[in-house]
Amino acid sequence: MGLSLSTRTVGDRTIVSVGGEIDVYTAPKLREQLVELVNDGSYHLVVDMEGVDFLDSTGLGVLVGGLKRVRAHEGSLRLVCNQERILKIFRITGLTKVFPIHTSVDEAVAATD
Amino acid sequence: MATVELRFSPLPEHVRTARLVAAAVARRAGVDEAVLDEVRLAVGEACSRAVGLHIGHGLETPVRLALIEDEKAFRIEVGDDVPQAVRGPAHGSPGGEGAENDDEGDMGLAVISGLVDDLEVTADAHGGLIAMSWPTAPEPIEP
Repeated sequence: MGLSLSTRTVGDRTIVSVGGEIDVYTAPKLREQLVELVNDGSYHLVVDMEGVDFLDSTGLGVLVGGLKRVRAHEGSLRLVCNQERILKIFRITGLTKVFPIHTSVDEAVAATD
Repeated sequence: MATVELRFSPLPEHVRTARLVAAAVARRAGVDEAVLDEVRLAVGEACSRAVGLHIGHGLETPVRLALIEDEKAFRIEVGDDVPQAVRGPAHGSPGGEGAENDDEGDMGLAVISGLVDDLEVTADAHGGLIAMSWPTAPEPIEP
């Protein structure tokens, strides 16, 4: 299984829907997508991870890199995730303190800092 | 002799295969279903780290994965060919360029140590060795 990526815009937010497995092989594709969005001027990103079956530290690194890029433009990167096995990885690495994690795309789009 | 041994070229695309094989053997060994996700993640992290080390040091030799089943535990060993003496701080990630990659190898180890209670990071004659084990459920008693 590979990685599927799709993007759409809601107001000033860009939703990146990710599906499949984010690992050492597929993470570069997600990195490219996030870099491209930021280069094109999308600084408020919502990464919807509801379709993600697997996430490892390489994927975490890409998300942290994305956060760093949007913050350079005073932007934001929010995550949507309800899956316990994915949330657990954010918890054991302490990244729940770094990323705002929402239960739905609607909630993430409505959120402000 | 390990129950199952796997040797694979140090390429990121093979890490998924290693995860799938490890999870299948762990399931067969009686590792609790609830723990299989942890096994999959920990093996993926250890193999990604080994692949990154091989790539970082220009090695084409295979990464070694041993899956060992005994009566009470399921043990996984992931071995690389990079001697401890030549390891550099920025050689843990196969992911490519960019400052965010520099710490991924360490982040991988952090994830493994968060997931696995029984973890040893040692070395053998070839290079680094990560050994992890999980308890297996006792055989169900036949009615």
